[in-house]
Amino acid sequence: MKKMFRGKKYFIEALWEGLLKISGSVTSIIIILIVLFLFSEGMGLFKKNVIEEGYVIAVNKNNPIKDLTPQQIKDVFDVKIETWKELGADVSGNQIVVLRLDDIPNYFPEEEIAEDMSNLPQIISQILDDNPGMIAFVPKDFTQTNFTGKILDLGNINFKDFFGGKEWFPTAQPAHQFGVIPIVMGTLWVSLGAILIALPFGLAVAIYSAELASKAVHKVLKPIIELLAGIPSVVYGFFGLVVIVPLIQKTFNLDVGETGLAGSIVLAIMALPTIITIAEDALRSTPRAMKEASLALGANKWQTIVKVTIPYSISGITAGVVLGIGRAIGETMAVLMVTGNAAVIPHTLLEPVRTIPATIAAELGEAPKGGAHYEALFVLGCILFVITLLINLTVEYISYRNKNKVA
Amino acid sequence: MYNIDVKNLNFYYGDFHALKDISMSIGKNSVTAFIGPSGCGKSTFLRLFNRMNDLIPDIKMTGEVNIDGRNIYSKDILVDELRKEVGMVFQKPNPFPKSIFENVAYGLRVNGEKNKKVIEDRVVESLKGAALWEEVKDKLKKSAFELSGGQQQRLCIARALAIAPKIILMDEPASALDPLSTLKIEELIFQLKNDYTIVIVTHNMQQAARVSDKTAFFYLGELIEYDATEKIFTNPSIESTQNYITGRFG
Repeated sequence: MKKMFRGKKYFIEALWEGLLKISGSVTSIIIILIVLFLFSEGMGLFKKNVIEEGYVIAVNKNNPIKDLTPQQIKDVFDVKIETWKELGADVSGNQIVVLRLDDIPNYFPEEEIAEDMSNLPQIISQILDDNPGMIAFVPKDFTQTNFTGKILDLGNINFKDFFGGKEWFPTAQPAHQFGVIPIVMGTLWVSLGAILIALPFGLAVAIYSAELASKAVHKVLKPIIELLAGIPSVVYGFFGLVVIVPLIQKTFNLDVGETGLAGSIVLAIMALPTIITIAEDALRSTPRAMKEASLALGANKWQTIVKVTIPYSISGITAGVVLGIGRAIGETMAVLMVTGNAAVIPHTLLEPVRTIPATIAAELGEAPKGGAHYEALFVLGCILFVITLLINLTVEYISYRNKNKVA
Repeated sequence: MYNIDVKNLNFYYGDFHALKDISMSIGKNSVTAFIGPSGCGKSTFLRLFNRMNDLIPDIKMTGEVNIDGRNIYSKDILVDELRKEVGMVFQKPNPFPKSIFENVAYGLRVNGEKNKKVIEDRVVESLKGAALWEEVKDKLKKSAFELSGGQQQRLCIARALAIAPKIILMDEPASALDPLSTLKIEELIFQLKNDYTIVIVTHNMQQAARVSDKTAFFYLGELIEYDATEKIFTNPSIESTQNYITGRFG
């Protein structure tokens, strides 16, 4: 009997343990699945053609050109590149002539085309044959039978064009421009600016609140800071748009106030509560015995803060800063509202920039599911994920080293 | 070479009257022990001598604490300077998370000593003074946390010695230590008596009897009896002292 009773008790304990284990593993699995989903959707991009689905780029059969980058294709069709020489090909006449479907009537009487649409492939072949310097962007279907031009094998979108590309123009025809440099740079600039602003302020407030403020001041300060954390980000964005943006425009005498700096300031304000709260908790966790030991040796308040309290709580402070950065990098709405969203590589903080989250939020709605644009946004998500992961690992490393370091 | 002279001291934590009208004089180069049950105010009293209680919010004090003839609670006293004269060793060893060397050098550094040679000499001297030198001379760069509890406490004493105080306050310095380490601390106190005025709070009656010249018995915030240690432990004049030291309460 006694043994059975014990068994029952053990069963209930085991049940509880099992439940906790299950909830733990389910959470981990879900997180892993989300990351996997992000990456599997994103990687689809690199199986997509450089140019729009269902179309091809064709040239005259004698044209020696073999390969074009998305950037070159865009420049050719935007008439920024006008000669074959610039593309490294020796073509008689040298001049590049662009042919889109709309341009066909310029070479062929419209009535004849209208008479029999099925002649279109042949017509295109003929136009290409007649013009040695021509490059055509036409539907793939038109090139299936008796096509006499040369279809360029452009391959798939590759890592180099994606990560090294300097232009983000996902809806460009004929070739999408998925260069992430401006967007990644924009994100890093805005976040870096935010941290540079938020760190000194946050640390100062944390030190003041934890070490110097009287009880009465602390009682007022703490709820205010916590209130700051509770304000929805769109309100910060609105505030930034109405107050900070015009202020920047006036102060720096700019054409537009929507700049990286505006984003940095708004993000800094948003990151402050995180930095302050966590850094303050860390500072407060310094044992009283440590501070007393320092004071008893004749150190003053400041020496104690600088030499004992801050070194003791440095890992907590770094954690606060990183969580602050994490919030800054992932923040979407407020940034979207104040940074101007120009996907160009920023040279100063006083230019409009666009961040990764803002890009995803702004463009996902108009990107058809499964298309290259859609998948490119997922790759952006992956990049964001990797950046935050790297930051977290760095901090783990720093605080680990600090813990084991002897000064 | 200092003495402490307390006059009509009252101390309050908020509404709680923690020390009631205490007057006492502590002589130079002596060891004075404060004994009494928990909560009797002996630690609070000790911490008045280096103004450690200043850190506690909501306190009130009346009366005077004179050290070497100066009232340390008068407005023109610089608290940091006072604490350089009056060192303190705490109940639990509290070394900084730094190396053994840096722990001892800390007081010198915060006092503006830059000369490497001076600091080194002073650290060695202090470690020798705290009877720790032989045990740590080969691992000065190691973390202070690698030492045993007793060694850590002696390191804390060395740290206090490094800034050359005149008075050393010890707040139950051996209560967290094993008997052997306690013995070492007591021997150390015995040696230090020649150069410093020592005030020690202790729960351990035998310890008070062993190390101190004079003993003060506190009870419920009052100084009940203050006399030569020998007299207190053999022939106290007040009954509650007798009861306490014989273990009838406390």
